[in-house]
Amino acid sequence: MELQVSGRKVYAYTGGRAFDAKLPTVVFIHGAAHDHCVWVLQSRYLAHHGYGVLAVDLPGHGRSEGEPLRRVEDMADWIVALLDAAGVKSAALVGHSMGALITLDCAARHPDRVTRIALLGTAFPMRVSGELLEAAQHDEPAAHDMINIWSHASQAHYPSNPGPGFWVIGENLRLMQRQKPGVLYIDFTACNDYAAGLERAASVKCPALLLLGRRDVMTPPRATRELVQALKGATVTTLAGSGHNLMGEKPDEVLDALREFLASV
Amino acid sequence: MAAPKYPGFGTLSLHAGSRPDPVTGARATPIYFTTSFVFRDADHAAALFNMERAGHVYSRISNPTNAVLEERIAALEGGVGAIATASGQAAMHLAIATIAGAGSHIVASRALYGGSHNLLAYTLPRFGIETTFVNPRDLDAWKKALRPNTRLLFGETLGNPGLDVLDVPRVAEIAHAAKIPLLVDSTFTTPYLMRPFDLGADLLFHSATKFLGGHGVAIGGVLVDGGTFDWDASGKFPELTEAYGGFHGMDFQEESTVAAFLLRARREGLRDFGACMSPATAFQILQGVETLPLRMERHVANTRRIVEFLTAHPAVEAVSYPELPSHPDHALAKELLPKGCGSVFSFNLKGDRAAGRRFIEALSVFSHLANVGDAKSLVIHPASTTHFRMDEAALRGAGITEGTVRLSIGLEEADDLIEDLSRGLRAAQKG
Repeated sequence: MELQVSGRKVYAYTGGRAFDAKLPTVVFIHGAAHDHCVWVLQSRYLAHHGYGVLAVDLPGHGRSEGEPLRRVEDMADWIVALLDAAGVKSAALVGHSMGALITLDCAARHPDRVTRIALLGTAFPMRVSGELLEAAQHDEPAAHDMINIWSHASQAHYPSNPGPGFWVIGENLRLMQRQKPGVLYIDFTACNDYAAGLERAASVKCPALLLLGRRDVMTPPRATRELVQALKGATVTTLAGSGHNLMGEKPDEVLDALREFLASV
Repeated sequence: MAAPKYPGFGTLSLHAGSRPDPVTGARATPIYFTTSFVFRDADHAAALFNMERAGHVYSRISNPTNAVLEERIAALEGGVGAIATASGQAAMHLAIATIAGAGSHIVASRALYGGSHNLLAYTLPRFGIETTFVNPRDLDAWKKALRPNTRLLFGETLGNPGLDVLDVPRVAEIAHAAKIPLLVDSTFTTPYLMRPFDLGADLLFHSATKFLGGHGVAIGGVLVDGGTFDWDASGKFPELTEAYGGFHGMDFQEESTVAAFLLRARREGLRDFGACMSPATAFQILQGVETLPLRMERHVANTRRIVEFLTAHPAVEAVSYPELPSHPDHALAKELLPKGCGSVFSFNLKGDRAAGRRFIEALSVFSHLANVGDAKSLVIHPASTTHFRMDEAALRGAGITEGTVRLSIGLEEADDLIEDLSRGLRAAQKG
């Protein structure tokens, strides 16, 4: 569906059903140089199982107009503006990588709008290596390759995503290539500059799930220790055999973890 | 830190898409000989049907053995996924039927395999899809043939049988300026010799019967989506960018930013046309793919020896192979095919049709049959077999004369092949 947020046309995938703000809402927030389609299976399932789903394209990504926002805090505020535009009072937020930082920040600063948070492929601090940041700025194809190689734990994915016969590693590369030039560097700079993660985590009051890939080398599970300590009571689930692209590599396991978390009291 | 690297071609040929069987530990990819797959529960069934979960339902739509082949070929080609089909012709039909229909127009190279020419020239017009054939070397001809309803440009990476090298980057530019995709038949080159997506093509298919299998025991095809074409931005493909009543009102581009074509091809094309591959065939072709880089190296090395031999032979009028300076696409071949121009080529015998018959009948290592890309060396006379439906003008257009002989060089010892050809050429000269 298309919405107007801050005067700009933005897009949110609603899981193959018309969005109904009266249902419990789940907002899916993608990571750097991605768009809504990384969540297609999970969001489609939930949309057909009692949830109103908004899998957004962040500003300047995918089908959403405008320039990419440069600070995680601004992206978090944008999510609240999106909820306003969609007529949603409060929602569960599910974010991947950069989207996990947005989710965390939004839950901490807008507690009345966020009911629970799931952080996938996350870490704090989410520092981008100098080599990768340099490539993102000056040589995007090289940066895409680095990210793509580091994001996958395997050369074989079952049942693949969005279905058998699709090559997850190729899809991830093409999706990054499809974003406008410069988006990746802006996104990575936002991740790199975000300093308030632990402070924000300490003030989160809603239930939190961390869903991590055991073989994630972009945001390794060990890099979440302080975050887990700060997010008191958070559930941590680590998926064996997954790298950073959890939704691509382990779509069923991600969905099952989200279903359980969203349904928990 | 050293820059990370993707696994190399040889590694992907063996590993992409496959893992040890999680139940039995079998290292080879098992043949999943089953028509259908048990649902875990009613919710799982509904989720699979509605594309809320990934998985297998029915082997016409997907099968675990086929999926390994599909993902492996997609990895080797640098695409976003693939669909294994009953034959190369089925792959070509699936590609066209996914984005074209009554009222659509195609611009195609005129240097095509006879079966492909047939489909475009005679069969598809019955369904309202017209094709204009052009000289693949004439870039202006591609442009001039475009119409408002043109939905696809199509050519073979190496034309059959004259080995016209398709100028993939330039033809892709023409396609993209018209906001339509370029589809190529990559059968003769395989991803080992050319990766068309790296050069600008958007879709490709193989007759997997040929080099991908290599053993000549299985008929199959593979259609691969490069994931590069922006169907939304084009605005010419409502099949992919608007709700489709035939599949839950799905807008395929909305579901997948980069693989909308493949989603529709599987969810509609395999479901409704049904030209799927048997898992036994997928297994057999996988055995071939495992050794593809080794075989292609040997195919090319043997071919170079034989081209050299034939070029110097007095009974041979001309040899058409793009690595020869005399070939019209020599410079383009150096640019696009640095690892070799494959192992299928043609040459013209001196003498009449009878000389050609004596040549073929004197051979003992080469097999006289209608196929290419086998591990065994093959020979055929196109004018009386693969291209027999073409009239003389069409034959000329495809670069064929009555004396043209097509060879597919196999993996035997090159010396034995040269000895066999010497015997045939002697017989040809005796008339």
